[in-house]
Amino acid sequence: MCGIVGLLIKDPDKREMLGRLGTEMLEGMATRGRDSAGLAAYTDEVEEEDARKFSLYAPEGNLDWGAFADGMQEHLEREVTFEAQDNHAVVVPHGSAEAAWGWVVEEHPEVSLLSVGRSIEVYKDIGHPADIAKRYGFRDLAGSHVVAHTRMATESAVTWAHAHPFTVGEDFCLIHNGSLSNPNNLRRMLQRRGMHFDTDNDTEAAARFLEWRLREGDDLEAAIEAGFEELDGFYTFLIGTKDELALVRDPFACKPAVVAETDDYVAISSEFRSLAYLPGIKDADVFEPGPEEIFVWNKKSVAAKR
Amino acid sequence: MEQEVRSRKALEWDLGESPVRELNNYLHHGLAEDGVEEVRVLKPDGAHHIAVGLDAPVKVEVMGNAGYYVGGMNKRAEITVHGSAGWSVAENIMSGVVRIEGYVSECAGASGHGGLVVIEKDASSRCGISMKGNDIVVGGDVGHFSAFMAQKGHLVVCGDAGDGLGDSLYEAVIYVRGRIKSLGADAQEEPMTEEDHATLADLLGRAGFDHDPGEFKRVASARKLYHWNSEHDQEY
Repeated sequence: MCGIVGLLIKDPDKREMLGRLGTEMLEGMATRGRDSAGLAAYTDEVEEEDARKFSLYAPEGNLDWGAFADGMQEHLEREVTFEAQDNHAVVVPHGSAEAAWGWVVEEHPEVSLLSVGRSIEVYKDIGHPADIAKRYGFRDLAGSHVVAHTRMATESAVTWAHAHPFTVGEDFCLIHNGSLSNPNNLRRMLQRRGMHFDTDNDTEAAARFLEWRLREGDDLEAAIEAGFEELDGFYTFLIGTKDELALVRDPFACKPAVVAETDDYVAISSEFRSLAYLPGIKDADVFEPGPEEIFVWNKKSVAAKR
Repeated sequence: MEQEVRSRKALEWDLGESPVRELNNYLHHGLAEDGVEEVRVLKPDGAHHIAVGLDAPVKVEVMGNAGYYVGGMNKRAEITVHGSAGWSVAENIMSGVVRIEGYVSECAGASGHGGLVVIEKDASSRCGISMKGNDIVVGGDVGHFSAFMAQKGHLVVCGDAGDGLGDSLYEAVIYVRGRIKSLGADAQEEPMTEEDHATLADLLGRAGFDHDPGEFKRVASARKLYHWNSEHDQEY
């Protein structure tokens, strides 16, 4: 069992409420998963053409992020801004992202990449979801949309790396409630195409499959449709991209998902209890997606495609 | 009537203070001694297992959203949820009434033997699967595979029905007012009889809907699956 949460704020003027509402929804799903939790928030975009936002994780937990940023700044000879929370940091090297990442690999091989992109920032760790939310200041996050996950592991180890969201490429992430029965085949198929895997987790295989379809030219809906053929098992997937939030359930709709939509937001959760305290929930349009129904909400045009 | 309500011995139970396990324990063992006839459950917050396994003529009002299994295995009690509810509302209901004023998730009223389940808005998939004598009235739509292998009782759908309605039906009867996306194996539309009109009018009345029974279609088993024929090659 796992819990999924998604929230897209429709009105750009109300984006400061993303963290608070998203955190309350996440905490509501703690009953479905309390061994680890994670969150991807789509916050202010990095403007410069070459620059990217990096979410980094230092497993030892004793990295001096200030010195880390200074070192990167010295190497790049460009400004590096960063915000550190415990063993996580969101680092924006203004200038070439490629050169910045090259420096991290060279100088700080102990640091892992949680996400890279213009907008995404990711936090994930083991522990109770409420503790993790507090540790990384989820309530203060402002942005357009968020996906978050509470994990009760059934198929692979409990480590920060196995916690969701899984990110691939830029600004793409996936969270999953369910279990796939063919992740090994998928992984082998993608490895033959040169893809590298960080874990043995089934969701990572699905994330890499979907992101590979996007790179092959599919749009999000077409990628998910390709998944109906290739991904065998049970799933409710929530997918985040820079502009979109997508939701889909497997052909039997085995795993739960409830959507509540108002003029202000689209909220998604495994159970109604995470939606119960959202503002205006009494008048929200509430529904459960059917099997293989694909919903894609775009932050720029908020009517869902189904 | 007013007088009767006022004299009823009522109790408020705040789930924020005493959890569901204690509530259910009280509903099972404490009611009779206290002579309580009505319990208002405050701050349900989508908790699971609220008012499960009751066997008393008590009125339970859940003042908000309930989680999974609310009213499960109910006998005699009249349970109302003033909000929405999760999976398996009133699963295995034996008698009494479970009413949800909002939406419900999957498997509402599944495998019940008697009693009435009312969902005022939509029910998700697998509503009334394997029902064995209970009645379910849904004010809105039902999702896919509703009334799968339903053996006895009635499922009334005032809105639309999803894919595979009534797959492998036994003797339960389904009434649908709106569109049926597709019928399951061995389910067929049949003409409404006078008896159907009377049954439906009674159920709609008890559920509090004023639709004209003439607007509904009857779906029941074609009974071909009763006699397995290998030459059918799975085509029924």
